[in-house]
Amino acid sequence: MNTPAPTLPFSLAANPRLSSWIKFAADGQVTVSPGKVEIGQGIVTALAQIAADELDVDIGRVRMVRATTSASPNEGVTSGSLSIQHSGRALRQACAEIRQIFLTSASERLGVASDVLKIEDGTISGPGNVRTSYWELADEISLDRDATAGAKPKAISERALAGQSTRRIDIPDKVFAKQRFIHDTALPGLLHGRVLRPEQARAKLVSLKEDAARAVPGFVAVVRDGSFAGVVCETEAGADAALKALRKGASWSEGEALPDEDGLAAFLKAQPVESTIIDTRTAASAPPKARTLKRQYTRPYIAHASIAPSCAMAQWNGEDRVHVWTHSQGVYLLRSDLSLVLKLPIEQITVEHLEGAGCYGHNPADDVALDAVLLAKAAPGRPVRVQWSRADEMTHGPFGAAMAIEVEADLDANGEIVEWRHSIWSNGHAARPGRGTKPTLLAGYELEQPFPIAISGNPPQANGGGGDRNSVPLYDFPAWKIESHRLLTMPVRTSALRTLGAQGNVFAIECFLDEIAAERGEDPVAFRLRHLKDERAKDVVRAAARRAGWKPAAKAGTGYGFGYSRYKNTGAYCAVVAEIEGDEDIRVKKLTLAVDVGEAINPDGVINQIEGGAIQATSWVLKERVRFDRERITSNNWADYPILRFTEVPEVKVEVIQRSEIDPVGAGEAAHGPVTAAIANAVFDCLGVRVRNLPITRERLIAAMEES
Amino acid sequence: MPTIRFRLNGAPTEIDADPDELLLDVLRGRLGLTGPHFGCGAGECGACRVIVGDHAVTSCDTPLWSVADKDVTTLEGLGSEAQPHPLQRAFIAEQAMQCGYCVAGVLMSAAALLRQNPRPTERQVREALDRNLCRCGSQNRIVRAVLRAANEATAT
Repeated sequence: MNTPAPTLPFSLAANPRLSSWIKFAADGQVTVSPGKVEIGQGIVTALAQIAADELDVDIGRVRMVRATTSASPNEGVTSGSLSIQHSGRALRQACAEIRQIFLTSASERLGVASDVLKIEDGTISGPGNVRTSYWELADEISLDRDATAGAKPKAISERALAGQSTRRIDIPDKVFAKQRFIHDTALPGLLHGRVLRPEQARAKLVSLKEDAARAVPGFVAVVRDGSFAGVVCETEAGADAALKALRKGASWSEGEALPDEDGLAAFLKAQPVESTIIDTRTAASAPPKARTLKRQYTRPYIAHASIAPSCAMAQWNGEDRVHVWTHSQGVYLLRSDLSLVLKLPIEQITVEHLEGAGCYGHNPADDVALDAVLLAKAAPGRPVRVQWSRADEMTHGPFGAAMAIEVEADLDANGEIVEWRHSIWSNGHAARPGRGTKPTLLAGYELEQPFPIAISGNPPQANGGGGDRNSVPLYDFPAWKIESHRLLTMPVRTSALRTLGAQGNVFAIECFLDEIAAERGEDPVAFRLRHLKDERAKDVVRAAARRAGWKPAAKAGTGYGFGYSRYKNTGAYCAVVAEIEGDEDIRVKKLTLAVDVGEAINPDGVINQIEGGAIQATSWVLKERVRFDRERITSNNWADYPILRFTEVPEVKVEVIQRSEIDPVGAGEAAHGPVTAAIANAVFDCLGVRVRNLPITRERLIAAMEES
Repeated sequence: MPTIRFRLNGAPTEIDADPDELLLDVLRGRLGLTGPHFGCGAGECGACRVIVGDHAVTSCDTPLWSVADKDVTTLEGLGSEAQPHPLQRAFIAEQAMQCGYCVAGVLMSAAALLRQNPRPTERQVREALDRNLCRCGSQNRIVRAVLRAANEATAT
């Protein structure tokens, strides 16, 4: 039997130097440097657990280093629920090898065979009371060497921390008002900047009167380059006042037309597109089709709507070196785009991560970093902190793309599915910085010498796809054809938002299935189980159903719905039962979820991510829709872009199926699709009406009732 | 400029300022506090909440003059690692956040609630926090943490 040669985990292969991941400080600490960043998901704690476990040190000795282009491994972007998969596996492997290296060295020094040595909290000891430690040996052992894949990480039974709900290491600071957020970071000599942006979509700055802004106390500079304009002031309140003055003195060209927000499907289908066949399956022999069912589902543009507006700091040292602090998801990728805009070699740009508010994808974090760099140039040697306004945060950042999805099923004489077709019309779901030859940062589009606006693309299916994410059925239908039509125009800026296209696609698939099952008079859970072959899939379906007591007895005014998906078809499994109350409005009362992420490194962290995802998805489903007229985005505050409130949040129950033997995957995006579908299916169960256009508001309910 | 006096986290504080200046700007600006967070600038999200007297208010739309001679409590004044407020202990115990940016304001709304109603029901907690927005979906954990703190504080 051939045993395949061991290979390094993805991130370790890309960054094999062991010292780039782990250092032993002389004071008895271990510094761990992942390339992934904390975005509110608790990743640094899970990674600390993995490192402490593999090295056999107390987690209290672990210091997590924030990602920076000056020192950290380049792990690309913290996205796609891949941090545990990438960083976690790399750290586990690197730590296993480091442990082995130290044991070998200790064995030589102590004259004891390495297999009788043990490590407890970093102290290496053996028979005859011989002992040393990582820190004693650290000076003699260079970790400036590449990982070999030779070391074997601990067996599951030997892990003490991974699999435990260790408390998050960042939470105490956050309840005791200790500075962690970039918004709270006060560097010596800090100045404050604000940027002027048009209300009308993509309007150009025609003229700008600066006098009133210059008269504000503490004024430092006005910066203008084409349609990019901003102010720098000694104080934050001063910067706000100067911006206000600048706005009064600005005149703008007409903007570019926006689509009709009430005719999104028609708009999406009328645009020039690039069409791709995502997947096909053909049946050798299938029963003839008796009839075809066809439905259309839509979702609107969705805003990231982080609680904090995006923020960044920059400081120029001389003409040609700049240091940037950012809550971007990818410090190296941001650096690449900054280098393109500034025409400066990447070596002269340092990008360092600081925490921002919860991040759900490509929000304006990267845009504001370029803003800060451009403004800071007017105040050489001093750090400038730039923060967007709430209105800019809700209008100028990229949105999750609107989608129109047509699903067709050919049914045989028995109502069984013989062929399935799924077509998506949507803008691309990815325009992250650092991926192309042109930058994708907002200010880059506004300069006197502007870069062309990047039309969003889609990652390939091998990376989970974009608009087509989760469009290939997880069920054993005999034949299918999946097509994606990506728009080549982009009047509304779109990029990656949590799950990319998966929320829309799972909504369409799972609701259509529910409809077919209902037509057949078949229980939707039984129908799914009959069409699933993967045992892990069936387990989460059965677990959610069991936990929710599927199907509870009918009760007037209450409905139950089911949804299932495996994120990206390769990641976490998640099944949901939604319980709702419905009359004129829909209230989601309870969500019962079962999830399988393989090895759950921190089960409470997984539950927190699933709970959070389920609640955020409920908010998307019931409330969220970016609003606009033909000239401007109008949903620029919390009143016009409402999200779910404390009194509206459903009870959420999560069951984690722990599979310690299976490599872990992320949990952050697993719940959105299934929850969306489960709520819509519960609405049908309750009110007998299929709402196929999100969000499920009172107006949409009425429209759906009139249609049916 | 007039001098405005108030008590900040128990300490007498004097500041020469335009009385119409916003409390949040003064707290985060000249007074150098980072407990209250800026979120919207319109009193809609609650990240900036502080307690004035016995009530949690949004400091981003509260003029400085309105707190003259009053007690202002920010997250810094709620408790410390050495002497944590029951809410701070409970938020750690329940791991009641994801990103934690909104929590600075949530804690102040919750603290004001417990001052007025030491044994709130779950419904009362949700209503008291209804004007604090959380985008990560940590609401249920937060509610559990507030109820835990209430139990702990009234158990003795």
